[in-house]
Amino acid sequence: MTEPLLEAVNVAKDLGSGAARVAALRGVSLTLNGGELTLLMGPSGSGKTTLLSILGCMLTPMEGTVRVCGHSTAGAGPEDLALLRREHVGFVFQSFHLFPMLSATDNVRLALDVRGEPSRAARTRSREALAKVGLPHKIKAFPRELSGGEQQRVAIARAIVGNPSIILADEPTAALDGENGQAIMKILAGIAREQGRAVLIVTHDPRLLPFADRVVHIEDGRIVGEERGGAKLQ
Amino acid sequence: MPLVFTIAFRNLFYDRLRFVATVIGIVFSIVLVTVQMGLYLGFGRTVTTMIDHASVDLWIVPRGTKSFEDPSLLDVRERYRALAIKDVTDAIPIVIGFADWRMSSGETTPVFIVGSDLRSGGLQPWNLVAGQIEALSAPRAVAVDRSYFDRLGISGIGATAEIRQQLVRVAAVTSGIRSFTTTPFVFMDVNRARAHTGIPSSKATYFLVRLGPNSDVNLVRRQLMSNIPDVEVLTPAEFRERSRTFWLFSTGAGAALFAGALLGVIVGTVIVAQTLYSSTKEHLNEFATLRAIGSSRRYIYKVIIFQALLSAIIGFSIAAFVGDAIVKLTAATALPIVVTPGLTVGLFLLTVVMCIGSAFAAIIQVTRIDPAIVFTR
Repeated sequence: MTEPLLEAVNVAKDLGSGAARVAALRGVSLTLNGGELTLLMGPSGSGKTTLLSILGCMLTPMEGTVRVCGHSTAGAGPEDLALLRREHVGFVFQSFHLFPMLSATDNVRLALDVRGEPSRAARTRSREALAKVGLPHKIKAFPRELSGGEQQRVAIARAIVGNPSIILADEPTAALDGENGQAIMKILAGIAREQGRAVLIVTHDPRLLPFADRVVHIEDGRIVGEERGGAKLQ
Repeated sequence: MPLVFTIAFRNLFYDRLRFVATVIGIVFSIVLVTVQMGLYLGFGRTVTTMIDHASVDLWIVPRGTKSFEDPSLLDVRERYRALAIKDVTDAIPIVIGFADWRMSSGETTPVFIVGSDLRSGGLQPWNLVAGQIEALSAPRAVAVDRSYFDRLGISGIGATAEIRQQLVRVAAVTSGIRSFTTTPFVFMDVNRARAHTGIPSSKATYFLVRLGPNSDVNLVRRQLMSNIPDVEVLTPAEFRERSRTFWLFSTGAGAALFAGALLGVIVGTVIVAQTLYSSTKEHLNEFATLRAIGSSRRYIYKVIIFQALLSAIIGFSIAAFVGDAIVKLTAATALPIVVTPGLTVGLFLLTVVMCIGSAFAAIIQVTRIDPAIVFTR
């Protein structure tokens, strides 16, 4: 059995302080494997975003361990975590978070530029990534010139251009209409299955279920169920 | 173009009004510093103009002399003591002092008399635009600067006036010999200067010492100091520095100029800091996105510092044009603003340091950024 690309074991995290302190995650364990598209579903306030932040090395857990491609986040400082993200994790956000003053190519190139990749090679790879998400004709377009679906494709190109092993997506279809949402999910499923990456998508949208290899349910900071290939496992 | 530079450039130009305000702030600040420091340099040059134009190896001055304009006197016997030293080829007496210039209309105005032994040279008027130095040997002959014609109530060569009820006639005219006190200089023979200032023939203000070729200046200087009591023997550089220090620092003029320059730096720093801070705040989402996709803090600092550098270069370039215009406008005044290549380089470095220093608040803000905010915005 191959080692999971991302592994969280008994992760706990409190948020806030004093009377406002809440247990956002309690003993969460989760693994992500290459070639799988996993949906993380749960109601608002269930801890999805906190878990995504911890799995994406933006937060560190109070308890438990997280290993990203074999590297533990225990004791890691902000710069160590940034390095882990840079090398192993690609992000897709609900509101795209593209730079409005950069072209599509430059938005994608950012992910390579932060790694110090030379400009010319980075530009070529960025155009290739845009072609993979179906935007070879929009390389010079600015975000304001793109539809919501196109902007999300640019964000996906940015997430995959550095060849990370893990893609974490936060409600990637929430800001899109049904047709564009389906197109984005096809791209993400292809990234998981054809490129052997682990893709985790946080969503409320049941229309995404057909694309999933696995569905994980979270409530009140706990994993409450998991389905794989249509069968409820827990 | 490196992407860091592109982001910095576009962040800066994203809000053009704010960018214009920033540039105006930098220009205002740097022009203010240029004016203050240019005045400082100009003042420094003007107060030493007589020392700069004396062809001399050493100055014998009364003990405690603070500047060229100091009215203390030496005894002429000390001149002979100086001449007695081997290697001293000449000790030219100089007499200076204030006097009243009475115009033909009866009005009077103060003047500053500079008397020198015209046969020996030493301290003669320069930049002559009319008349000859030799003409100053004639009885009653004086040289004045043409910029003071109106003040002195004259129109050029041949004009007459009275100093201490004695007739003087303009025999030579100079250009650009201006006094920082605005009191016109009047050059004449040393003996006539004594008569016009009331200084007895046994006294002089300074002796300008000239040495033979290959003389050891320091050795002669030591001999002069041991031979002549109650005097100081200064090199031109020392006398220049002493005069400059007196006028710039003992009078408070230099402190005022530096305070003005400091004010300029503070104003510039605050304006640039405020702009960079608000620009960073406005682009916080983008910086958080950069952090989320794995950029180091250093990468983000580079964006902010590039913004600061761009502001510095654009602001300085405009300030240099404005400063150049001001320099040209003041060139013919009593107190010209002087901008040297060294000052220009210093101002550019100051602009860069000021702008990068201003980035500090923005950098602190970015240092505290939580990349996880990208999930909630």
